Amino acid sequence: MSIEVKHLSKTFGSFKALEDVSLRVNDGELVALLGPSGSGKTTLLRIIAGLETPDPNPESEILFHEAHVTASPVGKRGVGFVFQHYALFRHMSVYDNIAFGLRVRPRANRPSRESIRDRVNHLLKLIQLEGFGNRYPSQLSGGQRQRVALARAIAVEPQVLLLDEPFGALDAKVRKGLRDWLRRLHDEIHLTSVLVTHDQEEALEVADRVVVMNKAKIEQVGTPEEVFHQPASQFVMEFLGQVNIFRCRVKAGTASLGTLTFEYPNYQESSEKDAIVYMRPHDLEIKRRQRNEPGLMAKVSRLNPAGAFARVFLHADGVDEIQVELPQDQYRELALSPGDVVYVYPKNARVFVPDFVI
Amino acid sequence: MSGDAKVARNDSQLPGSQQPASDLQADVKIRQPATRFRGATEEPVWIRYSLIFLTVSFLVFFLFLPLLSVFAEAFRKGVNAYLAAFNDRAALAAIKLTLITAAIAVPLNIVFGLAASWSIAKFEFWGKSFLLTLIDLPFAVSPVISGLIFVLLFGAQGLLGPWLTSQGIQIIFAVPGIVIATIFVTFPFVAREIIPLMHEQGTEEEQAAITLGANGWQTFWYVTLPNVRWALLYGVILCNARAMGEFGAVSVVSGHLRGKTNTLPLHVEILHNEFNFVAAFAVASLLALLGVVTLAAKIYVESRVRSTSTSEDLSSLDH
Repeated sequence: MSIEVKHLSKTFGSFKALEDVSLRVNDGELVALLGPSGSGKTTLLRIIAGLETPDPNPESEILFHEAHVTASPVGKRGVGFVFQHYALFRHMSVYDNIAFGLRVRPRANRPSRESIRDRVNHLLKLIQLEGFGNRYPSQLSGGQRQRVALARAIAVEPQVLLLDEPFGALDAKVRKGLRDWLRRLHDEIHLTSVLVTHDQEEALEVADRVVVMNKAKIEQVGTPEEVFHQPASQFVMEFLGQVNIFRCRVKAGTASLGTLTFEYPNYQESSEKDAIVYMRPHDLEIKRRQRNEPGLMAKVSRLNPAGAFARVFLHADGVDEIQVELPQDQYRELALSPGDVVYVYPKNARVFVPDFVI
Repeated sequence: MSGDAKVARNDSQLPGSQQPASDLQADVKIRQPATRFRGATEEPVWIRYSLIFLTVSFLVFFLFLPLLSVFAEAFRKGVNAYLAAFNDRAALAAIKLTLITAAIAVPLNIVFGLAASWSIAKFEFWGKSFLLTLIDLPFAVSPVISGLIFVLLFGAQGLLGPWLTSQGIQIIFAVPGIVIATIFVTFPFVAREIIPLMHEQGTEEEQAAITLGANGWQTFWYVTLPNVRWALLYGVILCNARAMGEFGAVSVVSGHLRGKTNTLPLHVEILHNEFNFVAAFAVASLLALLGVVTLAAKIYVESRVRSTSTSEDLSSLDH
């Protein structure tokens, strides 16, 4: 079941939560809506679910499998919704929570008691909580509660699964485990899913495609690889992963930062213009000696070898702090200490000219 | 200082420990320091005891003694005289009217309280805080004034009086007036108990129910109502106690027609004014008993409310 939204806007009072947003989620895909808080990602999800209505606009459309659902109420859209704080029915047992959606169906298409039991037991097995049916939500851990919430959402066999920061309230380790589990579950049941998150790691790891949102608009839609390696905007570049930001000048197809130069074929005019160069910490190399090509001379100011990569903080004339991530073996080989003078060679850099439209 | 004594106790209670209980006691005693130092948040002994004394004596003079004297006075001329007070048409009529009034006022206030708190706690609308203030009005206004409002509205010289008279409907100095005044005075009880709880619980569970396909009624019946059931019961208990015990507002609209428009509190007053003390106190003892029962029920329900909410709070801390 594909999901398509067209020209959605939503304002709360004077706050613009969504501004003319269009998006297509393909059948069986897991898409992550990623962005800082207030970027409109949750609003978009809630509009898809039918928990919010978009601002009235004749061009606004919400389509499930090419069929209009713009006017249908939440209960009729066939969505499974998972809330950040689980929203389990606190006075009901785990079993009753999962069975709820089946039991409230009109008598005509309500499953029999036996088939409800079978389905709930099957789901309890799926979420690895067999034997927990009689427990109450308050007797479960956060991770267990969220799995129950997921089972409850998919018990009604929804056509799409919508998850609002599902792991946001959990600690890092549980979050990681549940994230992997969700991905495996998705590969098993192929339910078209939309996940809202502000955690880039989560989005890049779980999703087939990532929708990066900022200030009520979509900045970029792409595979995790695309949004990480070919960011379409400064915002995406800065939001995803660590990045060094340098101010520079661009002129006639070339941006220059001190002794370093970068090609920027999009700007061919002969007048100079301000630009920004972005370099990921892992895209920088450190050498003790200068090579033939021009490098940036810098002084080591701080070292942090803890972690999978060693981090080196450098200081150079005319730029702020430079952060470099080195593989541990390279780091040992260099044997740096604060105060050493080194040369920095970018393997990869991206230039953006603010307010410059190609 | 008692801290390390406690630790020692816990250690020796580890599984497999064979130490008898009396040894533990001795251990605790030995570790008690000779001079007791006062904790930072502890008051001196004399302050603590005088505060306790003050509270207890207040309770004795203003609560226990009056309560005792009610029963003592009621039984002064023996059990037969006590029972005779109820073997009286006027007394029985007063009991009946009180029960009828509560039986109408309490269910109506449950409906009103649920509707008001549902709309206030779960929805955003214009004039919400004004409505919230209005709900408290009966608490703020003297009951006598509340009664007077209805006399001015429905009385013979009142706003709707002439029309009501032409239709042959009597409200003031009749049972409907008593019921209306009681409803007015008691309507904040249920709403006041439920609003804060509903507000705290938010609307996520309802949203979850709706996404699962439940309709409005199912959502209310299976999700919203069970979540507030103990608070609701608590409100009902208080509402009922007040409905049966209300004097001021009812007194104004009742007209004091013996055997017709007298509720229990009014009947007590009449008996007392007639110097029929045994009967007055006998009937009063019935109301006092209602108070005691209400308190007991209140304590039980309160503990339920607390235990359900704290277990929720505690477990939400771990993941």
